This record gives sequence, C-alpha cells and structure tokens, in this order.
Amino acid sequence: MGMEKYEAYVRRAKSSLTYDPGWSRDNHTGGWRAERPVVDHDRCTNCLICWLYCPDESIDHDTIEINYTYCKGCGLCAAECPVDAISMEREAG
Amino acid sequence: MVMKPKQVTCTEHLNPGNLACAACTEVLGFRHALKVLGPNTIAINGTGCLAVVMQMGVPKVPHFHVLFENAPAVISGIDDALKAMGKRDEVNLLVVAGDGGTADIGLSALSGAIERNQDFIYICFDNESYMNTGGQRSGTTPFGARTSTTPVGRAVQGEDRLPELRKDLMAIIAAHNIPYAASTSIAYPLDFMERVRKASTVRGPSYIHCHSPCPTGWSIESSRTVEVARLAVETGAVVLYEIENGERRLTQKIKKKRKPIREYLAPQGRFRHLLDDPEAIEHLQQVVDRGFAATLASMS
Repeated sequence: MGMEKYEAYVRRAKSSLTYDPGWSRDNHTGGWRAERPVVDHDRCTNCLICWLYCPDESIDHDTIEINYTYCKGCGLCAAECPVDAISMEREAG
Repeated sequence: MVMKPKQVTCTEHLNPGNLACAACTEVLGFRHALKVLGPNTIAINGTGCLAVVMQMGVPKVPHFHVLFENAPAVISGIDDALKAMGKRDEVNLLVVAGDGGTADIGLSALSGAIERNQDFIYICFDNESYMNTGGQRSGTTPFGARTSTTPVGRAVQGEDRLPELRKDLMAIIAAHNIPYAASTSIAYPLDFMERVRKASTVRGPSYIHCHSPCPTGWSIESSRTVEVARLAVETGAVVLYEIENGERRLTQKIKKKRKPIREYLAPQGRFRHLLDDPEAIEHLQQVVDRGFAATLASMS
C-alpha cells in the first residue's frame, strides 16, 4: 500500500469507523420527541422510580430534572410514576 | 441486597446520546447491569440492536461488537488471557446478546464456553425475534406472534410452530449444570440487578435471561413497554426464578389468581389478529397454564 493511500485509509477510518469515547454526546436525541415529560415537583415524592426506568439516563438523580437534550419522549417515566407527578405535554412546533 | 431505588448507585456507565428507539428496554437492562458490575467490566456484545446503538462511544467500559456466533468464544479467550496475566479477579466479564444470538446462532459457542467452565456472566435480552434486522422470527418467538417472516394472512396466522417446540433457553442452560442461572424481567429492575450481582460472585459461568419487550417489533406504545413486561410476569407467560447449583427457587411472589393472558396480549400489535378469536386466546391460555405449572412443579 502506497503512503498516500495509507494516509487516506487512516483518515477514513478515523472519520467514520472508529469513535472516541463519548462521541455519542453529539447525538441530541431530544429532537425525536413528540411529547415532553414535565415533572410536578410538588407532587414528586423523590422515590426515583422514573430515574430507574429511564433508558436514556435523562432524569437527574438528585434534582429529578429532565435533560431535554437527550430525552426521547418515550413516556416510561410518566407511565411508571406511582403518584402521577409526571405528565406528557405535546411539543409545540 | 438492593431493595429500593434509592439504594442503587447513581454512577452511570453509559454516555448519553445512544441511538436506540425510544423506550428501548435492552439499553435499560445494559445500564442496570453495568451499574452493578461497575467500571472494571469488559463487555462483549454479540450482534444485535445493542451492539449497533452502543457504537459512537456510548459505554464508558471496554465494549466490543463481535459476531452473532462467537461472543462466548471471545469472552473465553479474554478470560484465559486475564487468568494467565493474573488479573482475573479485578475484572468482571460480561457478554450481552439477544435471543437470536443466544437461542439460535450462538448456542453452540455458549454451550462450549459453559462446558469449559469459563468465568463469565452471560445476559440474554429476550425480545422474542431478530429485531435488529427487521423483526424476523427466532427460536423463542411465541405461538401466534406476527413477525416479518411469519406474517398474518390467509395461509399463515403469525408464528405457527407448535408451542411445545419453542426453545426454553433456561432449560437448555440448566441442562449444562451451570453454577448460576436466573430468569428475570426488565419490569423488575431491582430483582434483575440482584441477580446480576449474584452472578458476579459466582466462579464459573452464569446465565441471566432477561425478558425485554421491544416497542418497535411488538408494536407497543413506547410508554407501555415496562407495563407489558410486568403483565408477562403477572399472567404467567414469564416466570422469574433462579437456579443455583441445581437448586431451583422462585424469585417472584405467586398470586393465587393470575391475570388472564388476554391482558398481556391486548397492548401488543403483534397479537392483534388473535384478539377477535376466542378459540386462539383460549389455546394460548392453556399453553401458558401448562408452561407455568411445569415451571412451578420443577422448583425444589
């Protein structure tokens, strides 16, 4: 393999085939959302069941705030909340 | 023993931004497993949805995507290499694979690795089809389910293989006299984490079967995936138990009256064609009753 071809191969490998840890942070999956979960902090008993069931780690362990950058809006937290403190609201626009 | 969500560690071992479907229970299970096993884990991922969505550097632990059929063989090599280097005790070895990679394609490698008494934890996320490649039927697809290779039409009405012939993975694994095996469900994450913790203390192979509904492939509303997994346990379609050195023990409470199987089938689009057919529902109820009774009878 010639040097030029080899360098092109390395460039390609670096650009598309291999990833550094944490590159997925650029995937702002919050754009997929059709409905957004909204937490009613007055009703919340801090039982952490929503946090436990969130597949995207989008619920903060300490504050029960939702990270809308990555929340895909699946609604598991609202469905599993034992005190109905999370409601799903339609995304505007 | 973990009993409450508050006692679960808040350390996360996955980076945000995975490209799994909304409400993917497989990602959820992997997250829970890594919470228990911690940062000193090497994860080998047999081909499946999880291998695809964990790319772009999502896991914070070493994670390798290998073929369908050789995940247990790869972990055997890593196990032997670590033993030769004298570093085996510091590391947890984990294999995650789907039901296609476990029940059908990777079964021989898994059987061989268990026979050689390699030290690893194998977690099978059972969504009852090859969901990554478009939802083709697998060896664990239940009777009557619509998949892309068992469509609903005039000639065939979903999966038509006899229900008795469905692969019972727990029985296959138990027949190897494995030190530890457990049947779990994604709807009971604390139970699942406890099983993974127990598996990590075992020297030798351990197998965990995790029932994890797929919102896309099963045509369920995404917010109801966990509810469907729970209904599978409450109707008796899935029984949670563990096998420890041949001792079988139930890990769920058995209620006197189980819910009818219809409640489990109704939220799922893949069983929609059966709902108007009382005979088919009755047949499925009998299948579940037989399986449930047989599992309960096998407990020691």
